[in-house]
Amino acid sequence: MAELLVWPIVIAYGEAALVYAGELRGHGRYDRLGIWGVRVGWLAQTALLLAQARSADGFPWGTWAGALNLLSWLVVTGYLVWGCRPRYRLVGLAVMPLAACLVVLAWAGGGTALDARGDGWALAVHAGLMLAGLASFTVAAAMAGLYVFEDRRLKRHDAAVLRLRLPSLEALDRLAARATLVGLVLLSAGIAVGLAWLDVNGLDAAMTVAVLIWVVYALALVVRWEAGVRGRRFARLLLAGVLLVLAVLPLTHFAA
Amino acid sequence: MRLALAGVSHHRAPLDVRERVAVDLEGARALARALAAGGGPAHEAVVLSTCNRTELYLAGDDAGVAEHADRALLALAGPGAPALAPAAYRLADESAALHLFRVAAGLDSMVPGEGEILGQVRDAFEAGSPGPLLGRAFRMALRAGRRARVETAIGESPASIPAAAAALAEQVFDGLERRRVVLVGAGRTSESTARNLRSRGATIEVVANRTLDRAARLAEALGGRAAALEALPAALEDADVVVSSTSSAGVVLTHDALAPVLRARRGRPILIVDLAVPRDVDPSLGEIDGCFLYDLDALEGVVAATLEGRRSEAVHAERIVSEEAERFRVWRASLAVVPAIASLRAHAEEIRSAELARLDGRLAEGERDVVDTLTAQIVNKLLHLPTVRLKEAAVTADGLLYADVVRHLFGLEEEDGA
Repeated sequence: MAELLVWPIVIAYGEAALVYAGELRGHGRYDRLGIWGVRVGWLAQTALLLAQARSADGFPWGTWAGALNLLSWLVVTGYLVWGCRPRYRLVGLAVMPLAACLVVLAWAGGGTALDARGDGWALAVHAGLMLAGLASFTVAAAMAGLYVFEDRRLKRHDAAVLRLRLPSLEALDRLAARATLVGLVLLSAGIAVGLAWLDVNGLDAAMTVAVLIWVVYALALVVRWEAGVRGRRFARLLLAGVLLVLAVLPLTHFAA
Repeated sequence: MRLALAGVSHHRAPLDVRERVAVDLEGARALARALAAGGGPAHEAVVLSTCNRTELYLAGDDAGVAEHADRALLALAGPGAPALAPAAYRLADESAALHLFRVAAGLDSMVPGEGEILGQVRDAFEAGSPGPLLGRAFRMALRAGRRARVETAIGESPASIPAAAAALAEQVFDGLERRRVVLVGAGRTSESTARNLRSRGATIEVVANRTLDRAARLAEALGGRAAALEALPAALEDADVVVSSTSSAGVVLTHDALAPVLRARRGRPILIVDLAVPRDVDPSLGEIDGCFLYDLDALEGVVAATLEGRRSEAVHAERIVSEEAERFRVWRASLAVVPAIASLRAHAEEIRSAELARLDGRLAEGERDVVDTLTAQIVNKLLHLPTVRLKEAAVTADGLLYADVVRHLFGLEEEDGA
């Protein structure tokens, strides 16, 4: 029965995505409907994850599809931290369509089923930390995407720039950097746990990409702090980095 | 009770007519007191006077209260009364209340949704001499005004060039507290924009002008320091917002002079607002990363779009105002049956007390208390539904008929007459 929760999740996230897309033409009148879609979907997905955790013997999100399921939940959780504030709700423009797609992909790959094979707890901690880190990078990329969008509107003198109010450029830049830092800490911890507790036989493709992601985001923060690279250039770095994030999950499970 | 309104506003009366009847808050207080206690048909009065309108709201039992309001307005105009009469409007009862609600919501303002009017309505109410009717009407008007601003975006967007410039700065920066502003030119346009930015927490750092004396005067007024135009590149290194409005015939902030300074900021944002015609700032500077350049045309486009937004939001605000006006109508209609309800309850209580008195001496003290409570509960329960039904009927055309039927059935008219 719990598998049936997938559809309320997809509908709720999809509704939020549609409302936020519609808000591009509106004035924030319906964004509350959007945030309620996020909340309802998040609660349903939390229930699904709990049901999966209960039914599995160990870590149930070890497959690529299961990982997508957990990743989308982490991304939406990260969004909810900011998304409840009225001015930040439209960050959902970038987050919710992605979350809805990830859930559908997870469902198609069997990642939302209850009879998922369980893995050991060392792998659970490792995968949980890695996924949380990747979710943080995804949220950072969503902020960066909005930054580029808002920057372009201001540069092009979009007359509607004050009718559809997004967070200020400075706030988006700061939050993107903060989410990146959090993601880097989580990813570092995940890599450390993997190296310490799991059997590592050489450097496979997934590990290479994971290390590459770590290097890219660490470099992004270093150039931000040391060379003062902020704003649009920092946002573009984060958007490039998220391409690696999207590549790492399929690599983990198909190339291993 | 009748509600009457007589007034003039920017819709029909030019400024020279409006200023003849304009009064300050103390004047409004004195006038309201005089109208309410002057022995005329009005028992309640509130005078609302702003730069766009002067309106007298009166309430009284007599139908002559409308005429009284009209006469009071013309008297206020004094010798200018003949010019005022054609521009004045008179409204009564629900129409007057609806007008008040629209005024409080900013729907009758020159710029839809402007923020000051709600405070002005509140001040007028507090300075006035309201009673039950005007008190209720003004409280509901204030509620309608608050709802219109909270539930719609009618007042959120800037409606002037200086306000749009400040709102754009807030779109770039995370709040304007301690943001450094550089003014180029010491004219009135620069000053009003600077004041708007300062009211949101920004600091006016430098006022640069060709004439240093004028720059010094404005800098002193705004709390900054004066500088010559030649010192601008250095001043821009740390600036967050630049407002330029000189009367120079050519470009003041050239690409050659400023591009190296802006590039050295490495994308750190800066908003340059060019309010001059011809333009002060080389448009190519807007292409540099982190530099957001708005000229007068771009700002006017933003203001036009936000005003358009306000007009579309006004449709939603009108719905809120209609809801509140309907609530006021229902409340006012319920007043018509209040005397009948009061008589009915008094009649029932009289019977209950009389019957209870007949038991005096036949019941112990404890037993009497029980019977007292019991009979009171029975009377209340019996009268609850008729009271509710009467109040419901009051808002329909049958309200007064119901009240008459109740009076007839319970013989209340004989008691009232006795």
